[in-house]
Amino acid sequence: MSNNTAIVGNSGPKTRSDCQISIEICKSGGLQTELVSRVGVLYGESIREQCKTQLEYFGIKNAILKINDSGALPFVIAARLEAAIKKLVQSDLEFLPGMNEENNYPSRRDRFRFARLYVPGNTPSMMINAGLHSADGIILDLEDSVAPEKKDEALLLVRNALRQINFYGAEKMVRINQGERGLNDLETVIPQNVHLILIPKCESVSSVIRVDEKIKEINARCGIDSQVFLMPIIETALGVETAFEIARSSASVVALAIGLEDLTADMGVVRTKEGRETFYARTRVINAARAAGIQPIDSVFSDVGDMEALRQTIKESRALGFEGMGCIHPRQVPVVRNGFAPEAEEIEKSMKIVLAYEEARSKGAGVVALGTKMIDAPVVRRALRTIELSVKLGLLAENWMDLQMDNKKQTD
Amino acid sequence: MTVHTVKNSAGRSVPSEINGKPAIPFRGVGKHKPAGSKYSPPIPSCSDYPGDGNKVVATIEEALLRCGIRDGMTISTHHHLRDGDLISNRIFEIASVMGVRDLVWFPSASFPCNEPVIKYLEDGTINRIEGSMNGPLGRFVSEGRMKGTAVLRSHGGRVQAIQDGEVRIDIAVLVAPSADSFGNARGTGGQSACGVLGYAKADALYADKVIVVTDNLVDLPCLPMEIEGNYVDYVVVVDKIGIPEKIVSGTTQITKSPDRLLIAELTAAFLEKSGILRDGVALQAGAGGTSLAIAVFIHEIMKNKGWKSRLGFGGSTKYMVNMLEQGQMGYILDAQVFDLDAVASLERNPAHIPYSVFNAYNYHSKGNLTSMMDIMILGATEVDLNFNGNVVTHSDGYLLHGIGGWQNCLHARNVILPLPLFRDRIPVIVDEVTTLCGPGEMIDVIITERGIAINPLRQDLIDSIKNSELPLKTIRELKDEAERICGKPSKPVFDEKIVAAVKWVDGTVIDVVRKIRI
Repeated sequence: MSNNTAIVGNSGPKTRSDCQISIEICKSGGLQTELVSRVGVLYGESIREQCKTQLEYFGIKNAILKINDSGALPFVIAARLEAAIKKLVQSDLEFLPGMNEENNYPSRRDRFRFARLYVPGNTPSMMINAGLHSADGIILDLEDSVAPEKKDEALLLVRNALRQINFYGAEKMVRINQGERGLNDLETVIPQNVHLILIPKCESVSSVIRVDEKIKEINARCGIDSQVFLMPIIETALGVETAFEIARSSASVVALAIGLEDLTADMGVVRTKEGRETFYARTRVINAARAAGIQPIDSVFSDVGDMEALRQTIKESRALGFEGMGCIHPRQVPVVRNGFAPEAEEIEKSMKIVLAYEEARSKGAGVVALGTKMIDAPVVRRALRTIELSVKLGLLAENWMDLQMDNKKQTD
Repeated sequence: MTVHTVKNSAGRSVPSEINGKPAIPFRGVGKHKPAGSKYSPPIPSCSDYPGDGNKVVATIEEALLRCGIRDGMTISTHHHLRDGDLISNRIFEIASVMGVRDLVWFPSASFPCNEPVIKYLEDGTINRIEGSMNGPLGRFVSEGRMKGTAVLRSHGGRVQAIQDGEVRIDIAVLVAPSADSFGNARGTGGQSACGVLGYAKADALYADKVIVVTDNLVDLPCLPMEIEGNYVDYVVVVDKIGIPEKIVSGTTQITKSPDRLLIAELTAAFLEKSGILRDGVALQAGAGGTSLAIAVFIHEIMKNKGWKSRLGFGGSTKYMVNMLEQGQMGYILDAQVFDLDAVASLERNPAHIPYSVFNAYNYHSKGNLTSMMDIMILGATEVDLNFNGNVVTHSDGYLLHGIGGWQNCLHARNVILPLPLFRDRIPVIVDEVTTLCGPGEMIDVIITERGIAINPLRQDLIDSIKNSELPLKTIRELKDEAERICGKPSKPVFDEKIVAAVKWVDGTVIDVVRKIRI
């Protein structure tokens, strides 16, 4: 193949919502487009038009364009074409699809991060409906789920996905690559209203600082004032030993995750169901996160067919102190969310505490008491979080306090 | 040839004549009621049949010859062997060798295995297909390559057409997994068991000549007699009528797609919160992966609540059998069986009962089972802003599916269509359906992964979930959302030529399919 031809994307009988684009830039002959599409009758004209506009934007007038389309959405086609062009032409131009206004919501440092759904960064069919499964966060992954030769095209796809896909309130996360490539990923994803960056195989304070500073630099340059949070992933023995320093290395760090597949590989042990081999690492990471006042997050559970084992794992995970877990399949999301949800007893107790707190506040009392027991501020805070969580998970009505008051009146 | 077209009551331009016979335009639901008597086949006399009851002849050829096969005849078949059927293609292969021309094939459905029939459509053996067709045959028809005009009917509409004489079957060739020499036949037993023969009854009763083809000749009497030998002219025994693994699935599976499962969950939640699902409901769901998942979720709810469904109407699967055997369903009435668990259940469970579409769907029946169903879960390729549904063509204009029982099932009390908002990039909710198969007044609820739209005619249902957290949207909101994601699709371009007529359950023409412009 000549060096003025590039091929990106995916095609084949099993491919959905994607396309493969090959482009050959010529000296003359204008634009020749060859389109094979499963949706050609409905969108053939619009695909041709879109590609023409985009090529003009990059100043390309003469090219042979071959598109093999399996029903790719416009933002996917745009990402594929831009990736193909950039394989041939050095350009700082970006052909950005419009920003979906539905996605203009902020995140908060202390929001819940029970279930974060990993979505491979180069698979459009898995991205489009990712937001529908009620995950707390969607991780568009540029690291392990993307083949090395597909890194560039995945980056543009993730950029466009962040702009176009409605994530229905989920925290928008990107797992960047390691090292220099990861810093380079930031240039592309940070301006797209991304909420949180996952730093893979993190084992030093400096790697967090580098990411943090890079983000601040990009934000300053682009005039973005929203904060981007960080979640370093501890996946090596060295990372485990440095966990606490990493956890408090920057005010942007909101959670510390552990990755057990890589960690066990690094330690030269086999990952077992019981997980004794990683017990130290897990408790160490939990303790480090707690000491730094951030959320400890557990590793993913890799058997997507075994929900019962997942439930068991979550039970242990929660008992150890983890506050969430990664999901690699949408069906894991409700199981994880329910697993980390407070139990009935806990909700009951929290309601009592919050009611006592409200009563004390309305009376102007400085001290909250439940019966004869004094309640500390952190206990109230935790109770409030439990209540908030219960409401969010549908375990408690939003107007639970009114209902309680009504009940009380009736019994009075 | 110029065809005179008129606007029917649904606003669709339909011809006043199809295949040289007058056609009645759709007049509205329940408006068309033909008078007169039902069609009767010629009177046979038992003295013409062997006194020992043995009607076995050596080959299908011989049987067809004895039935007097000739040009222009209508040959009917049923589809119980589904994609594993080895006999229907064979009939036309024989006819082609005999030099018979211009036959009309009147199947209760066709499958991808019937692709070889294209050869006989091309060589003139077959003039046209009147019946549900899918895949390659649909494509062939859409491209205007069939000589006659296809006529698509629902399962019930097929019985209606037979009973009111619109279609006269000259020869019915009925494959049967078990039969005796007199022609009594059933759907179980042998190497090609399909469970029940719910689609063959009208053919047996009304065809001039009836041939039963089996690969499992049993001693008289073959019980239960789903087809009664008194209506049968000849019995042919062959080595193999079908390919077992293509007749019924070893096991039907609920969908694995997380997005479809989400739709299924939402559907079950809707049924529960709206109060439609309750103790004593009668329900029907298909065998598609999403429908099966809905059945599983419904089962779970009923178990938790201690509820029991009065009856379920099959196509049955192991999921329905589970409900029956675990006490959440009183009876399964069954017109077809989709997996081996359900075949086994038929033999094991006295409350699992074969029930012909002849009784369940037929327009010329004194009442229909479908209108008694509380919950009906159906699919569609498209639904439009007026809730009109399409099941035969895709948005690109190609005819790719049959109607099946879909139109008949629309008569249920609550018709629910769980659908993805778009498939790949193709929106399912459109301004106007490409082909009208079911009027919007009969479709109550559309459930997508991005929201639920309820037909404004069903204010009661809207009220029932108003205070729930279910994502209620208007159908226009759903359509707009799909177009925001996918872009506004162009329309396919058609030629004038009508390639297929779509009949309503009463035999009137509700719409037509035109030749696709390539």
